Amino acid sequence: MSVPVDSLPPIRWPDRPRSSYDVVIVGGGGHGLSTAYYLATRHQLTNVAVLEADYIVSGNTGRNTTIIRANYGLPEAIRFYQHSLEMYRDLEQEIGAAILHQTRGIVWTAHTETAMRTERARCLVNTACGARTVMISPAELKDVVPQIDLAGGGRYPVLGASHHLDGATARHDRVAWGYAAGASQRGVDILQHTPVTGLVHAGDRVAGVQTPGGPIAAGVVLSAVGGRVTALAAHAGVRLPIRTHPLHAFVTNNYAQELGSIVASTELVCYVSQTERGQMLIGAEFDAQPSYSRQSSFSALRAYAYKMTKLLPFLRELRILRSWAGICDISTDFSPIMGETGVDGFLVTTGWGTWGFKAIPAGGEAMAELIATGRAPALIEPFRLDRFARDHLVADHGSAGTR
Amino acid sequence: MLWLTCPNCGRRPVEEFVFGGEVRAESDPILEPDEQDIDLVWMFDNPDGLTTERWFHVAGCGRWTTIRRDTSIDVEVS
Repeated sequence: MSVPVDSLPPIRWPDRPRSSYDVVIVGGGGHGLSTAYYLATRHQLTNVAVLEADYIVSGNTGRNTTIIRANYGLPEAIRFYQHSLEMYRDLEQEIGAAILHQTRGIVWTAHTETAMRTERARCLVNTACGARTVMISPAELKDVVPQIDLAGGGRYPVLGASHHLDGATARHDRVAWGYAAGASQRGVDILQHTPVTGLVHAGDRVAGVQTPGGPIAAGVVLSAVGGRVTALAAHAGVRLPIRTHPLHAFVTNNYAQELGSIVASTELVCYVSQTERGQMLIGAEFDAQPSYSRQSSFSALRAYAYKMTKLLPFLRELRILRSWAGICDISTDFSPIMGETGVDGFLVTTGWGTWGFKAIPAGGEAMAELIATGRAPALIEPFRLDRFARDHLVADHGSAGTR
Repeated sequence: MLWLTCPNCGRRPVEEFVFGGEVRAESDPILEPDEQDIDLVWMFDNPDGLTTERWFHVAGCGRWTTIRRDTSIDVEVS
């Protein structure tokens, strides 16, 4: 069933925050808003504020390439993302807003024997953990994506591909606005243009946030910040294994035919999907050097275009309409960080790097449960911040779709 | 796009370099407490502003150099 696009209930915009909340969520992106939504709907916690420095969905939630997939390489990650992927399927009914969800499948092409081994292993571990991924031959790939050049422009010949059947896309701003509206209707305060400049301390614990309008007391502060999380965590004395790198993306003009599947390449590290409007949406690896610059660069566009036209030659006929960049929090082991920080009253959901959009439903649900019950659900237990000190990494670099 | 100054090769595009991370104080793995080692291995300053970094000119002279960079706008500063 699909819900009409204009069905979104209005968001209530309070003029000013209350002086105190049970929960203050810093960051009005997908993760912050979905956490607020599940706090209100699943745990009846509505004395909650979401503080956004700019306007909601102005950060990476509104800048990513909206791919939903669960074809990771480690059981912990596959189970988490598979749960999120399944939540996305029912999200229109859950939040009562059209999110333009489309299951298209994703093919990850392999161009070397090493990559073939990696993709075969991916298919096996995916199947074992409940995600549907199968190995396909070049001929089968041609059936799924007739536009593909199996010779890879003579440079990247395609030896095979893993086909993740449940790969999907959804409209990012609809997802976040749907969560925002649902949370707002149940009493959550969403405050835009309210930057958090520091934290309020009470002894060893965090007891609120500082804003230009004055302090706001909070039982729990959750950082759902994308991009500037290191600075916020530093106010709590928490150090994070995160570097912030820009990632560029662009869309072309309309392509009249249909691209049957999302196409990604482990070797070339780039991915292309078709938007609802028929435009081709292309992203690739993040910049090698960390920075907070959202300036899109010609050299990045040229590099992405070079790679993708080798696999999909028809892209040469299209023109780049718009390009942009987002700043991604990349953790040391290329997995997210969710849960307690060792400082009472201060939680984080971060390290969402280039894989955050797909995790919005499951991440928000899990963080809401942690805040409401004080116990992290088993699904996110492997993603604790202290895994680094304990040397229990969730190192899944090869599944991040970037490097 | 970022351009970096190599002391041997001059101003070159960032694609020729490998990022080597920010310059940090070395700790003594035997004398320092474990927390400091963990911090050195895993955690980053990740500054939004001026930082000092090591870069390796892999597609040039093949030498390491130290560069000052403003991460908020991604340009080299002297």
